[in-house]
Amino acid sequence: MLTRPPVKFIDRIARALPQIVVAPGFAAILYFVYGFIIWTGYISLTKSKMLPNYTLIGTRPYERLFQMDRWSVAIENLFIFGFLFVFVSVVVGCLLAVLLDQKIRAEGFIRTIYLYPMAISFIITGTAWKWIMNPSLGLEKVIRDWGWESFRFGWTVDNNLAIYALVMAAVWQASGFAMALFLSALRSVDQDIIKAASLDGASPWRIYLRIILPSMRPVFMSAMVILSHLAIKSFDLVVALTGGGPGYASTLPANFMYEMTFRRNEIAVGAASAMVMLATVAAIMVPYLYSELRGKKHV
Amino acid sequence: MKTFARALCGAVSMIAVTAAAPALAEPKAEVLHYWTSGGEAKAVQALQEAFAARGGEWVDAPVAGGGGDAQAAVLRARVLAGDPPAAVQIKGPNIQEWAEAGALGDLTAVATAQDWDKVLPEAIQNIVKYEGKYVAVPVNVHRVDWIWANPEVLAKVGAEVPTTWEEFNETADKLQAAGIIPLAHGGQPWQDATVFETVVLGIGGTDFYRKALVELDMDALGSDTMVAVFDQMRKMRGYVDPDFPGRDWNLATAMVMRGEAAMQIMGDWAKGEFAAAGKVPGVDYVCASTPSDNGYLLNSDSFAMFNVSGDDNVEGQAVLAELILGTEFQETFNLFKGSIPARTDVPRAEFDDCAIKSMDDMVAAAEGGTLLGSMAHEIAQAGAVRGAFIDVATAHFNSDMSSQDAVDQLVKAIKLAQ
Repeated sequence: MLTRPPVKFIDRIARALPQIVVAPGFAAILYFVYGFIIWTGYISLTKSKMLPNYTLIGTRPYERLFQMDRWSVAIENLFIFGFLFVFVSVVVGCLLAVLLDQKIRAEGFIRTIYLYPMAISFIITGTAWKWIMNPSLGLEKVIRDWGWESFRFGWTVDNNLAIYALVMAAVWQASGFAMALFLSALRSVDQDIIKAASLDGASPWRIYLRIILPSMRPVFMSAMVILSHLAIKSFDLVVALTGGGPGYASTLPANFMYEMTFRRNEIAVGAASAMVMLATVAAIMVPYLYSELRGKKHV
Repeated sequence: MKTFARALCGAVSMIAVTAAAPALAEPKAEVLHYWTSGGEAKAVQALQEAFAARGGEWVDAPVAGGGGDAQAAVLRARVLAGDPPAAVQIKGPNIQEWAEAGALGDLTAVATAQDWDKVLPEAIQNIVKYEGKYVAVPVNVHRVDWIWANPEVLAKVGAEVPTTWEEFNETADKLQAAGIIPLAHGGQPWQDATVFETVVLGIGGTDFYRKALVELDMDALGSDTMVAVFDQMRKMRGYVDPDFPGRDWNLATAMVMRGEAAMQIMGDWAKGEFAAAGKVPGVDYVCASTPSDNGYLLNSDSFAMFNVSGDDNVEGQAVLAELILGTEFQETFNLFKGSIPARTDVPRAEFDDCAIKSMDDMVAAAEGGTLLGSMAHEIAQAGAVRGAFIDVATAHFNSDMSSQDAVDQLVKAIKLAQ
């Protein structure tokens, strides 16, 4: 007769080890992320000004928020910036990856060059581009000194173009990263399929478009998720590159939130803007994640 | 084991003794400030030495960056945690807000002993008093409504520093025709607001300034005078060079020094830049008040004294308060900082011509009732209301918004911020 060996204490611990290891981190996330989301949500309904105040006054902070011109500018900028930044970074990154994939010489070297900007913090990117784009120090002055007197490149000093200056700097920083993601995905595509396709007489262009790129769908998703969260939390780039200016023409919601909460003694309005940002992120990400993750199960 | 316990016991009691000892002895004060660079750091050093000379223990808590934003975050956290520093560099209506929150101590004893009511102009008393009691100590007065001009450049078009806004426009037109930038300006919101408030003071006059920017009278804010103010702002926009957005104020000052631009409207911290470059007032540069009916826009730094517990802390706070408003420190500090003393009876020998003009004007303005707090620099307004003014001023200055639209937007924004 077989007797079951008694479960040793040590084995029990070993079995529960994953849970034990994860638990503190999980608890910390629960408290510091979700706990504070709830706290922020609550504060956004109170009459908090300079210090948190727990007296509820309903949706008044939200009403005030949406009557502020600065906020509508910030939200509009987020859409322009977020869309262009993610889209251009993905396109440029993808294009660079395909080009690098052509078995060229010194690939490792070139790849490092393109990837390098990602290692720099946004504050440095912003400062460097501020100098490059400054009309009286940077590119404009150089080209004028070369003799093209009427050359104008004053994006950072133009009310309507400042936001695109931000896009340019951010794309410069992030497209190399997108490239690295796509490159590794390109390399992992099953070579047999590609061989088969080329035997069937498909052109390289067609192979990329119909076989390789579609098979990289999960990587597109990762790139989108990473880039869009970079876009939404962009704060330092604005501070360093344009200072939110001219006026507040290139301010983003994160800058607005900081301004209200820490400079203007409007904690409730700042919290309300944070909640709206959260809702915006959720509105974009949740359907996307949902469709992607659900789609995978059926494959 | 026993010996170990005894040793532990001994150690604990020794720690207790050493920890308790200073509580009986020296006054102590933790000072939270954001004066971390250049002349400001030297000035704080001077205060620190004076405090040490009185046997005090100074706990320095500098928070650099953000013109005090970073410090404000630290302060909030400390107060909420029930452990406020003794003295904190705060100014203007923020003092009143902290006092209202019940966080500030009462300095009546020191104030009476040192006769503060006699030596401080009433406009400054109002800033540092809450419900008639002193809760903060003013350190200095910066004047905001200055024109810093390069006389050589002005002479090129045969002009002097303008004394009316019409003259200002005429001079600027002439300068522009001669290919000189009339106004050096940095397009950052607070700088736009600095120019805006001097224009309000000049075009509207001191009474209008008080009604609109201090009392927030809606009729004044929506009036035709305000439309005229924005008209002048639009003209000023024409007088700055196209690359102005984002420029730091000291770079604008450098433009005046180098003769690229003729004038800058900026507070008297600009004097520090001239001094650092070895320029002499009256020769290399001229300081003149912006055109107005003897108005004086003041920006005053101060230390608010928080509720602290423990005899050493209370004692330290009192000593600190006395020192800060003492004649000696007011002189040393303001010589370093380029501002003028908050109290009016400090010896003037060491100060330069611009500072002496500022002192004379302040006394005259205080008597004439035209001594006003600056909006852009958080004396007349702070927080949300100041933010609303700055938003509209900067949005108008940096776009082609019409003056009437700007006025409408101003009224709406101020209502919203109240």
